Amino acid sequence: MYCILQKDRLNDTVERMVVHAPFVARKCEPGQFVMVRVHEGGERIPLTIADYDRERETVTIIYQVVGFTTRQLSLLQADDSLSDFAGPLGRPADLEPKRRVLGIGGGVGAAPLYPQIRKLKELGANVDVVLGGRSSEFVILEQDFRAFADEVHIATNDGSLGTKGFVTDVLNKLLAEGKEYDEVICIGPLPMMKAVVGITKERGIPTGVSLNPIMIDGTGMCGGCRVTVGGETMFACVDGPDFDGWKVDFDECIRRQGMYKDMEEHLCLIEQEG
Amino acid sequence: MANMTKEKVRMPEQPPVVRARNFEEVALGYSPRLAMEEAERCLQCRHKPCVNGCPVSVPIPEFIKSVAAGDFEAAYRTIVTENSLPAICGRVCPQENQCEGECVRGKKGEPVAIGRLERFAADYALRSGVAGGAKPISNGHKVAVVGGGPAGLSCAGDLGKLGYEVTIFEALHALGGVLTYGIPEFRLPKSLVEEEIEKIAELGVTIHKNVVVGRSITVDELFADGFEAVFVGSGAGLPRFMGIDGENLNGVYSANEFLTRVNLMRAYDYPRNPTPVKTGKRVAVVGGGNVAMDAARTALRLGAEEVSIVYRRGMEELPARVEEIHHAQEEGIQFRLLANPKRILGDGVWVTGMECVEMELGEPDASGRRSPREKAGSEFVLELDTVIIAIGQSPNPLIRQTTPGLDIQRWGGIIVEEETMETSKAGVYAGGDAVTGAATVILAMGAGKKAAKAIHESLSKD
Repeated sequence: MYCILQKDRLNDTVERMVVHAPFVARKCEPGQFVMVRVHEGGERIPLTIADYDRERETVTIIYQVVGFTTRQLSLLQADDSLSDFAGPLGRPADLEPKRRVLGIGGGVGAAPLYPQIRKLKELGANVDVVLGGRSSEFVILEQDFRAFADEVHIATNDGSLGTKGFVTDVLNKLLAEGKEYDEVICIGPLPMMKAVVGITKERGIPTGVSLNPIMIDGTGMCGGCRVTVGGETMFACVDGPDFDGWKVDFDECIRRQGMYKDMEEHLCLIEQEG
Repeated sequence: MANMTKEKVRMPEQPPVVRARNFEEVALGYSPRLAMEEAERCLQCRHKPCVNGCPVSVPIPEFIKSVAAGDFEAAYRTIVTENSLPAICGRVCPQENQCEGECVRGKKGEPVAIGRLERFAADYALRSGVAGGAKPISNGHKVAVVGGGPAGLSCAGDLGKLGYEVTIFEALHALGGVLTYGIPEFRLPKSLVEEEIEKIAELGVTIHKNVVVGRSITVDELFADGFEAVFVGSGAGLPRFMGIDGENLNGVYSANEFLTRVNLMRAYDYPRNPTPVKTGKRVAVVGGGNVAMDAARTALRLGAEEVSIVYRRGMEELPARVEEIHHAQEEGIQFRLLANPKRILGDGVWVTGMECVEMELGEPDASGRRSPREKAGSEFVLELDTVIIAIGQSPNPLIRQTTPGLDIQRWGGIIVEEETMETSKAGVYAGGDAVTGAATVILAMGAGKKAAKAIHESLSKD
């Protein structure tokens, strides 16, 4: 069992938990994730590691309440326990010293972006950040990024915070203003990552993305998370989850992510009807 | 006087039409009366050829003698001196190639049903609460076991009995490896796997679940943490795909994914269990081994109307156990033999079919295997909504990628000294599918046992 030491809400649907998980905390690096099972008999879901503290042996997860299992997670409070918390999984992100980096985080994607951008800053890069969300309450970790980033820009679809529009509008604006970046790291919903890569590829800016396909074991034994990268089949749980965004077949990822949509909705309906 | 009937005493089974729609065990096991009757068929040979056929050397005539005398607890105690998981082995071992393959009675008629008797004695002990071995006094030596599958469990069980402080590191949230995620409930009930594993835990073995060696901790770090020997039993869990068009369409599963969802995550009990699985009306399983049979029979139980096995060789060459093929046929699985998939067809999102080509077998090659070749122009299309790929697995690369000094075969298997299961790295032993590639539960257990013996010899020297 893995004790929840701290829990807080970042907005209406996004929550943060600090979990005591010695094996994960001891080894994890930015870019890696854990597989979580809330209760005995529950399903396994992947969650990216948003932060960690090796001394306290804790790992921070940030998740959006989107369905049955994240709702179960959300019902737990500090001092409750999680049944399973396996990891760290996946390859650590390839974070080499760069001069100028732009981090783009869409919604809860800002959480896995955070440790990567912070590490790049520590490695000496100038970092700018664009955070996006449907409306202001979906934008998370703004203050956390402002603590070290050179510039933080916000885009909301309804204009309730920052620029009205998409993160791509801000990206286009920054590039139009003559900003230059050696690398973009973009984490968020698949259509957003696809749109960002559409721009950066044309401009020749290398772009890392973090994929979040359906996973079961998270250790490479099933291939449920397979994605096509550069024409080759890869398992996101062991070969990723970070990949060269120029090479990812996003349309296939989007199709595969919807594979169980009807069953997930059914499950939530049953839950509501009690 | 021995029972000289030529045939084994039949074991009751659920009728095919009933069992094809439920996940309950197919074979129901012997009653005490049937077990004693079958045990009487054993001739109690002095030279015990059956024991030579058993990879873990269970004292077979001895335990059968106890069964014949009606002392089932004694039979169980005799078995567990050598085999830590008898309820499991009695069910899933390919006895026809092992103990029963060597049985003298098999020369004129059927061999003694050793597997069924082992299963009977073990089930009897589990049902009547016969206690496992008491926790022995610690000898102070620490050994790490990587992987809680059959190889690791058997190694841990043997070392535990000798007083070692054993810790098993398991990546998943449940022990058992393939016993838990791979072999279906209707062949091997999971409650029984849990109970049998519990007996090993009672020997004082420490279990760390959710720890992925290679990621959470490395083999070198295990030594730094004070372990004096490491046994790697990480299995062969990396599924192979065919590399053909359409393989990433929705509705295409690896057998590992399909079976893991259903067995480990209990998707058959959705929505009471939240893990979903999608089985369409028409399912094809590509491959001809036990995993393919398990996947096909599972798909049927999930409600598929038509399930076919697509295999590139013929009936004679199917690598699955005869008993499993027979069960599959009885349940209505179709066999599309001498057929090979060329591409998977879809509507852009989901599978709609699979284009296959007919095959014919050529002359036997140097190894005696007749290799299949395509019949030109014989392409045909199967209309499907689910494809399950069961063409084999290879060892997971995590351990080899993170353990410097470990010599590996080109195909990924860990290289070991056959007598001791020692690897090229000092203090590291390996066994089971991680060494051989996908093989059987009992061979993995035999390897774990051999390694335990070698580890004991090495650590008790100092």
